[in-house]
Amino acid sequence: MTAIDDLTARLRGRLDDSAVITDEARRRTYECDGLAAYAVVPGLVVLAHDADDVQTVLALCHELGVPFVARGSGTGLSGGALPHSEGVLVVLSQMREILDVDPAAQRAVVQPGVLNLDVTVAAAPHGYYYAPDPSSQQICSIGGNVAENSGGAHCLKYGFTTNHVLSAELVAPDGTRTRLGTTAPDAPGYDLLGTVVGSEGTLGVVTEATVKLTRAPQAVKTLLAGFESTDDAGTATSSIIGAGIVPAAIEMMDALAIHAAEEAVHCNYPKGAGAVLVIELDGPTAEVDAQLDEVKAHCDKAGSFEIRQAADDTERALIWRGRKSAFAAVGRISPDYIVQDGVIPRTALAAVLHRMGELADEAGVRVANVFHAGDGNLHPLVLFDGEVEGETEAAEALSGQILALCLEHGGSITGEHGVGADKAKHMVEMFTPDDLDTMQLVRCAFDPRHLSNPGKVFPTPRLCGERPGRHKGAHPLQEAGLAEVF
Amino acid sequence: MVGTTHASGAVLDDLAGSVGGNAREATPGDAVAGVPAGVVASPATTEEASALLVLAARLGLTVVARGRGTVLGWGPPPRSADLVVDTSRLDGIVEHEAGDLVCTAEAGTRIDDVNAQVAGAGQQLALDQPVPGASLGGTLSTGRSGPRRMLYGTPRDLVVGITMVRADGVVAKAGGKVVKNVAGYDLAKLLGGAYGTLGIVTRMVVRLHPLPPSSRWLTCSYPDLDAAAGAAAAVTGSQLFPTAVEVRRSAGAAGADVQVLLEGTERGVRERAAAAAELLGDDAGEADLDTADVARLDGPSDAGLLVKVAVPLTGIARLLHTTREIEDRLGLSCGVVGSAGVGVLHVQLADVTGETSAAVQAVELLRNTARQTSGAGSAVVLHAPAEVRAHVDSWGPITGLDLMRRVKDEFDPDHRLSAGRFVGGI
Repeated sequence: MTAIDDLTARLRGRLDDSAVITDEARRRTYECDGLAAYAVVPGLVVLAHDADDVQTVLALCHELGVPFVARGSGTGLSGGALPHSEGVLVVLSQMREILDVDPAAQRAVVQPGVLNLDVTVAAAPHGYYYAPDPSSQQICSIGGNVAENSGGAHCLKYGFTTNHVLSAELVAPDGTRTRLGTTAPDAPGYDLLGTVVGSEGTLGVVTEATVKLTRAPQAVKTLLAGFESTDDAGTATSSIIGAGIVPAAIEMMDALAIHAAEEAVHCNYPKGAGAVLVIELDGPTAEVDAQLDEVKAHCDKAGSFEIRQAADDTERALIWRGRKSAFAAVGRISPDYIVQDGVIPRTALAAVLHRMGELADEAGVRVANVFHAGDGNLHPLVLFDGEVEGETEAAEALSGQILALCLEHGGSITGEHGVGADKAKHMVEMFTPDDLDTMQLVRCAFDPRHLSNPGKVFPTPRLCGERPGRHKGAHPLQEAGLAEVF
Repeated sequence: MVGTTHASGAVLDDLAGSVGGNAREATPGDAVAGVPAGVVASPATTEEASALLVLAARLGLTVVARGRGTVLGWGPPPRSADLVVDTSRLDGIVEHEAGDLVCTAEAGTRIDDVNAQVAGAGQQLALDQPVPGASLGGTLSTGRSGPRRMLYGTPRDLVVGITMVRADGVVAKAGGKVVKNVAGYDLAKLLGGAYGTLGIVTRMVVRLHPLPPSSRWLTCSYPDLDAAAGAAAAVTGSQLFPTAVEVRRSAGAAGADVQVLLEGTERGVRERAAAAAELLGDDAGEADLDTADVARLDGPSDAGLLVKVAVPLTGIARLLHTTREIEDRLGLSCGVVGSAGVGVLHVQLADVTGETSAAVQAVELLRNTARQTSGAGSAVVLHAPAEVRAHVDSWGPITGLDLMRRVKDEFDPDHRLSAGRFVGGI
């Protein structure tokens, strides 16, 4: 009997029969998340209905040494929810109750499966919203956002998930349940909450989150500016930020991305544009009005040939539709594509885009660019056809080169999608072995047996209990009689 | 060596050797929260700090990190302090790329010095200083904040990368120099507010913000506490996007004041100030206040008590009442000031000499208030005379303490870093 069979047998009777999925065809439907290039059929799927279910599963996993992977909506783009073939996939999408909305305290308490946008929908009647807004906000879950520290177009001004979570209930990998943080700010003790947010499911499973609600702005103005080149659009971005303006969002798309979006959703962006910027300003009406003129002037000066301003919510939605559909739209112009998520200092934008273009030309691979220009978070879409021999390899090689390029300029391999299974191998390019070893001290504290989402984030697991560089007295091998004095 | 206070000449020589001769025997002025120190060593680079900690590990020395020493007396005393690692020579800005709105600086750099330099580019590091003269590292390690946290956040929100030295001397980095970055664990969060118990921060990358072209403070006094809390809540819940909403009840006062900071364009601030004044009431008026002055905590005296209280936004009124209850019931002088817009305030009790039992009861009252208002808050004793410290749990109830102990055991298995200063005796 394998460990997973044993676990399955012991879960029966403790969970609803319908919650324990062993059927292979049904398990297979969970074989990947939003990054379909990686697929593993999970050993077992459990649909958790409450925190007790999660605790039951994790306690048994701990007892039997079975790995587990948590999954929300499965929209992640780094393979963070890629299942383990000998492990349990704990699906949290059934836990989607909003437990409390308290506008006076500016917070909401939600279960992990609650969809991001649903928090905003629940808060909207009170004049509030939930600020982090990944492009997938209609379908992605808060639990997944917490795991990945998700951003979104508006994090330039409002920050990431980590800035908007006050407290969470965590089932640790040993099956114990703990509350991290308090519903008031600045909980005393180590900021374990800030450590768990963005840890990509490697430190346990969050079963409830208390999130901050943000007051809806008095005014929102959205501009669409067409430019001849990404250089011009980049110049406009730099001069807006340089002038001390912090828009809610500045998004850029290049010609190929615009072409794809037009094909898919007919967003009617300026004809012939080599790049567009979507710029959103929000806040008190008087401030937004003042900044709007300034932003238009910066775009003009940088050579924008057409600036449109959304007259109402419908027009604003149309402008955003082109941007938010861009990833999927690329599917219209290419059978396959890789989405990268590198970050660069904003000042390196022009240099990086040029070099990326050169690299793409050298490799004979097309790259469409859609990105958060305001904070330097690039999303190059590397296009290829998996059916054509050699194209997959060429696209993957180019993707790696693009990440290396981001690091050369002092950036990061991932701004919001997470490291996951996809980029663990690139962590050594960004961090030293000591950096990674130190991060994994946290892992050893929470999960010394590496049962929680193993194989993600870190290229090489640390042996917990081993303390390189700080042996006192005799070397352990010598103590054990296995070696002479060195 | 643990527990001793006088370093032997050989130890001092060794320690000095690792930091280019910049070590000396401690003086009474180097005591940490009343605990005498052995040696003070001042590394000038991360490498020196690493060499120093390797040596301290080999010698089994207890270690306390010190920034500019502005609040070294905050928190419980360490069990011992063989070695004080003074970071004041880890000083200066390493890189300021104005277009990226980030700045890399050594951890001992004063916030004021960062601001003096980046102001030339029209930028600021928007961290308030309850006690002026603070370093970057000290501010992160004690999680200090002030009025403007309502808009800009706290050190945890503004630090995007750190370099740290572990108890065993290993140097590690986390984060980076771009604001948006989710690669790896966020160790800056973990070391933030950890009072130096997990490692010594030697370098930081911080996020900057543009200096606002215009700013205005409004104030309004209220004869009763509920009216003050109500006015603060009205501005906090408005669409005026205030940078700060402060409430201040002076010791002995029946009522309280509310202060609001608005920042932005000239015209925008003028219009928003008018709207905010309407929410505050008839007596609202503009005040010529310096934000640094509003942020500064005056006191407490050595004989006084300073308690940081965090409550949900709906708990402000109750906290104000509790400070008056402390005066009425316990006969102590008790004032409070802080962010009503966020729910983090500082309560100050003047001289509690000879009033230990009343002081302990006051902390309990504050703690009950913090914990009973629609969800858990906290009341942390930052400063207290030794006789009060001995009778009060400085940190109060902690959730997740077991995991915290495990983290401490991994980072500092011999418990040599600021041992005893943190929650649960960590």
